[in-house]
Amino acid sequence: MKFHRPTTALVAAAAVVLAMAACSPPSKNKGSGPQSAGTGSAGMQTLIANAKKEGTLNAIALPNDWANYGSVIKAFEKKYGITVHVANPAGSSQDEIDTIKKLSGTSRAPDVVDVGLTVAAANKDLFAPYKVATWAQIPNGIKDPSGLFYGDYGGVMSIGYDASKVPPITSVDDLLKPAYKGKVALNGDPTQSSSAQYGVIMTSLANGGSLDDMAPGVEFFKKLKAAGNFLPIDPTSATEESGQTPVVIDWNYLAAGELGKISGWKVFVPSNALVGGYYNQAINKDAPHPNAARLWMEFLYSDEGQNLWLNGSVTPARAQAMQKAGTIDAAAFKKLPQVGGTIQYPTAAQLNTGAVYLQKHWAEVTGG
Amino acid sequence: MAVSRRRIGAGLGLVPFFAYVAIFLFVPTVVVAVNAFSVNGRPTMDAVDSLFTSTLLRVTVRSLELSFITAVIGAVVGALVAYAVVTAKPNGVLRRAVTSASGVLAQFGGVTLAFAFIATIGTNGVVTAFVADHGSINLAGSGWLYSLNGLILVYTYFQIPLMVIVFLPALDGIRPQWREAAENLGASTWQYWRHVGIPLMLPAFLGSTLLLFTNAFSAYATAAALVSQGAPIIPLQIRGALSSETVLGHQNVSFALALEMMVIVAVAMVGYARLQRRTSGWLR
Repeated sequence: MKFHRPTTALVAAAAVVLAMAACSPPSKNKGSGPQSAGTGSAGMQTLIANAKKEGTLNAIALPNDWANYGSVIKAFEKKYGITVHVANPAGSSQDEIDTIKKLSGTSRAPDVVDVGLTVAAANKDLFAPYKVATWAQIPNGIKDPSGLFYGDYGGVMSIGYDASKVPPITSVDDLLKPAYKGKVALNGDPTQSSSAQYGVIMTSLANGGSLDDMAPGVEFFKKLKAAGNFLPIDPTSATEESGQTPVVIDWNYLAAGELGKISGWKVFVPSNALVGGYYNQAINKDAPHPNAARLWMEFLYSDEGQNLWLNGSVTPARAQAMQKAGTIDAAAFKKLPQVGGTIQYPTAAQLNTGAVYLQKHWAEVTGG
Repeated sequence: MAVSRRRIGAGLGLVPFFAYVAIFLFVPTVVVAVNAFSVNGRPTMDAVDSLFTSTLLRVTVRSLELSFITAVIGAVVGALVAYAVVTAKPNGVLRRAVTSASGVLAQFGGVTLAFAFIATIGTNGVVTAFVADHGSINLAGSGWLYSLNGLILVYTYFQIPLMVIVFLPALDGIRPQWREAAENLGASTWQYWRHVGIPLMLPAFLGSTLLLFTNAFSAYATAAALVSQGAPIIPLQIRGALSSETVLGHQNVSFALALEMMVIVAVAMVGYARLQRRTSGWLR
């Protein structure tokens, strides 16, 4: 009860100091790292050696069944002997940014992030510029010129459906028919999830809207809801395989994930509503493992990393260049959806304007 | 001298409690209040103003509706169950079974509860499938379970047992002598309840209803697990404002929403405390 003996107080104070020391980050090395590995193999060898010394990579919000990330991580771990920790696999892009800020300076902070365009463009000050060896082959339209973030893989919006449960879909407006009552799900809430926002853009394009005009998309979902067809469930591979969500509006690469698993599963890409988007890869400027982070980037943008992604039905950033050079996995490339038209890519500004519109009007659809 | 030392000793015993309250109640309250009125250290009314936009006003109304409806259903049904239990044998099986079941079910919320409902009456639920096979009725409809109506049903599941727990002691306080006295004076059953029973129970009943109201109002996990499309109630709006990847920079709106919730709960709890004081006066 009495705390007056000096020894007790000293011990307590010492314990507190020790605990604080244990929480503080390793001070050396933090955030530093080259801006590129340079050309030639010497730079790359140094990077590999330094990364191996760090031994760990902190990644975040990478689900194993998303864009083949499970295999990508395994291949990286095997090749370099670096352990990859994935925190919060189901997190959103904004969760990734929040985690960088919250864990800033600790050894648990994410080294690398994979974020949507809106979030990437709004948080440039958190990233370290780094240009991978294959930088020149990344199309200009999908990279930040200073190398703070760049497109990694992308796809187009599609409609995945179980043909054994519903009639074949040949246009977006088919979804309004009575046959799809209580069966159509959207991948998330568009006021929160960027993939869902692209889904609304797709329905907007199919109904006379544009990348700048989300209103026809919202109107479409209002009709879908009024018809009793809109199913308010967030689809995952579990809901698709159990039959809870027989029709989903989602990225083609996520919808394609069910192709081998559900016998009647089909992926439809509407040719009059082609909207595409790339996720973006970036390095935390205060990364606790700066070299492992840079090596991870090199791996992702190498032929090997790009082909692994390709096997997750996504279009990797260097697809065109690799096709020209003949290094692309031709079999996997052939499986990508054949799109009969030009894919439109919204800019970060267009996404921001659209999101503000959705925030005002999406409640009219959900009835909240 | 001896007395004051003992007082200090007793005071020391309260230190963990005060530390707990400071860390988990006082500090968060201050953080929420400060952040609701400032962005990056600069004072602003933007976040609080946004509470009065049509979208967020509608959400507030929905939240109040959900809490009110489930509190009233829970209170009425729960009170009837509690009354049935009180009139049964004091240490009988019924009473023991109902009180222990209520104790468990009142705490059965969150993701598990949401999943239990999805698994029974969701689009692919056991009951849904059974009814569809044996009567071709579509129980799940267009997914009403995953919206506000679904939340009303699911919340009622833990509101009723909670009412049984909190209302039972009040009913136990009814003395048989009151009834006997009333009957000696010629009162009918209806008159006894109208003039004695219900007036005596009313403060306890209303107090319990308020408790149920705040219980529903502040629930988050059940709703979060059930509702993924749209954010009809305040706790889900807070989630959206914090983690949206499409509408950025709305973090301070979440603080404003949290502040709004605190104010509403504070009002309800003041009412609860008042009613509680009246009840304890009667049932001594």
